[in-house]
Amino acid sequence: MSNSNFTRRGVIKTGAVAGAGLALPTIFTASSAAAFTNEPTGGSVKIGFNVPQTGPYSEEGLDELRAQELAVAHLNGEGDGGMMNTFSSKALQGNGILGKKVEFVTGDTQTKSDVARASAQSMIQKDGVIMINGGSSSGVAVAVQGLCQEAGVIFMAGLTHSNDTTGKDRKANGFRHFFNAYMSGAALAPVLKNAYGADRRAYHLTADYTWGWTQQESIQASTEAMGWSTVKDVRTPVGAGDFSSYIAPVLNSGADVLVLNHYGADMVNSLTQAIQFGLRDKQVNGKNFEIVVPLYSELMAAGAGSNIEGVYGSMNWNWQLQDAGTQAFVKSFGEKYGRPPSNAAHTCYVQTLLYADAVTRANSFNPCAVAEALEGFEFDGMGNGSTLYRAEDHQCFKDVLVMKGKENPTNQYDTLEIVETTPVAQVTYEANHPMFGGDEASLGTCNAG
Amino acid sequence: MDAIILQILNGLDKGSAYALIALGLTLIFGTLGVVNFAHGALFMIGAFCAVTLQRILNISYITIDDTQKDFLGNPLKVESPYVKAWFGEDFGAALIDWSVPLAIILSIPVMLLVGYIMERGLIKHFYKRPHADQILVTFGLAIVLQEVVKYFYGANPIQTPAPGAFTGSFDFGVLLGFDPNVIIYPYWRLVYFAFSAVIIAAVFAFLQFTTFGMVVRAGMADRETVGLLGINIDKRFTAMFGLAAAVAGMAGVMYTPILSPNYHMGMDFLVLSFVVVVVGGMGSLPGAVLSGFLLGILQSFASMNEIKALLPGIDQVIIYLVAIIILLTRPRGLMGRKGVMED
Repeated sequence: MSNSNFTRRGVIKTGAVAGAGLALPTIFTASSAAAFTNEPTGGSVKIGFNVPQTGPYSEEGLDELRAQELAVAHLNGEGDGGMMNTFSSKALQGNGILGKKVEFVTGDTQTKSDVARASAQSMIQKDGVIMINGGSSSGVAVAVQGLCQEAGVIFMAGLTHSNDTTGKDRKANGFRHFFNAYMSGAALAPVLKNAYGADRRAYHLTADYTWGWTQQESIQASTEAMGWSTVKDVRTPVGAGDFSSYIAPVLNSGADVLVLNHYGADMVNSLTQAIQFGLRDKQVNGKNFEIVVPLYSELMAAGAGSNIEGVYGSMNWNWQLQDAGTQAFVKSFGEKYGRPPSNAAHTCYVQTLLYADAVTRANSFNPCAVAEALEGFEFDGMGNGSTLYRAEDHQCFKDVLVMKGKENPTNQYDTLEIVETTPVAQVTYEANHPMFGGDEASLGTCNAG
Repeated sequence: MDAIILQILNGLDKGSAYALIALGLTLIFGTLGVVNFAHGALFMIGAFCAVTLQRILNISYITIDDTQKDFLGNPLKVESPYVKAWFGEDFGAALIDWSVPLAIILSIPVMLLVGYIMERGLIKHFYKRPHADQILVTFGLAIVLQEVVKYFYGANPIQTPAPGAFTGSFDFGVLLGFDPNVIIYPYWRLVYFAFSAVIIAAVFAFLQFTTFGMVVRAGMADRETVGLLGINIDKRFTAMFGLAAAVAGMAGVMYTPILSPNYHMGMDFLVLSFVVVVVGGMGSLPGAVLSGFLLGILQSFASMNEIKALLPGIDQVIIYLVAIIILLTRPRGLMGRKGVMED
């Protein structure tokens, strides 16, 4: 037999004291801390631009930074307002965001995922930024997007083209305006069929990381759907420099098209070397040998020089478009910096304005309110025609440009020409598409910190 | 068979670049005892000599063409190179077209000067310091140099095409009895191979058949004794540093049509070149050349689809695997002197 000192009253009293004790820190925290991560309290709000300022993509990063600075100036009512004048939403008034002056800090991603995460973390923890924008690599975008999700801030991705960013790695706090590899394939395939025929044999050289893999998968799927066959896909190391040992086997592979799933310096080098090996002078299977570069940028095109002439690719946007939004942005950017903006610059500029607009429409900086304002948001006047931020995966859906290297360029910026504007319906896919993580892919829940 | 011949050809031009850089590295290590991690930067500076000459030759005067518009809708500013105005359209265009080979003339004095300044201004202070200090300081110098180049030229690769006469490919297959277009090889890569062979032969001839070279070789073998004979060996070794810089620079100039120059290209070659030196034997000039070609060809073979199917990723590690095997079984390298690296 044992004696017990427990009584009903004693248990209730002890429980109440313990409960109060446990709740105490939370009560204090709740009364003293912000409702969400880095809630702006003064007369200004700070956002972070995380771009490659050094390393192989730094030219793109610096162009993004130019556009981001321009966007901040326009948000604060400086300059001519750029695309704010053509944006279909009229919520922004040029008085900052919700009346708070916009300030920014910059970080250097160096195009390295770990460095980009550290830089974003520093901006969130030390500088108190409420949104992060920028980047020129899908590896970086996926890493920083994950960090922003954990930290409870919004990530407005810059140049990231991998399907994974809004596919299997999609996050509730992350949003992508840039198009993706699937869209490149869907837009390019019909143009390639028209130009080169339906009976072609393609050889892929693919950058060995997330972007290269998803682009190769997308281009292979879309070209095979129209009748092409794929001879081989060879993964090449990023930054290989000399691709000759990968190009030489193409010569006798039976392929009559080489698809270069390379970007930046790798694309410039592999394309140049493929031309040197005389691939475009060859006849295979009774047809002219052709080269395709599925993802173009103006800066890459300038680097590739005359080698790019007549080569097909795709872009998210190009400064030569004639719509009012593009013209307003090109004028603002061109007058300030003396050069036309790249499509990396464009996407960062638009993302910054879209974030500010969403905050204004939500009347809150709370990331979950901002996310809700962006989800399913339809807009126009930003250079891509009518555009939808799809709620299910936070991917923007808009027209895609098919480009071709200009045959007779007249000046240093005249490197690419627009061959076709592929309508959005042709590049739209289901949110649970197998290339985007299938049914298992999920945004998760929004994190406000 | 055709694939094997193609990869041997590929390996030869890759190996040419490795051999030229490794030759310079070995010259510096053999004479001054310095492990120079800034040597890749010298290759990169050489490449940017080609870019610089190309830009100089393309310096233009501007005329306004009212019939064309720029991206802002203003009348187009048309640029016309001065060389065409001064020397006539054809000769001016030829000068621009041949800017890469012509850049050799620019690169030699530039690289000799860079080498001299580097050696006298910084590296000589580290002769008696441990190799770790030398590696740190020269590596730091390499980063500074590449950032300086990036500041002036940007981060993107810059096209420096070969002269029009060397565009296109040579059909080796036809020579060897294959069908046309089976084994083709770019003309410029053949030029590069021939160029590197000439440079390597010239360096060996200089060391072998001149009094200066004989003294340097004697100094490499026994620095103290040569000094006791009243010969200022330090002065000659400084000249060798300049020579090594010039060799790296010329290798960089001629490589630009193969690999569009960017500020990081030196670093990409540096690590591989050190492996080449270690495999060839530290301080052995013939070893550096032999292992440069050997590893270039091995790397090309490892990139063959058939090999990669058997050993995925082998193309990325083959050079380092060879280095590990050599260091384990023959620490002094293929042609290194007995005792070196074997303590």
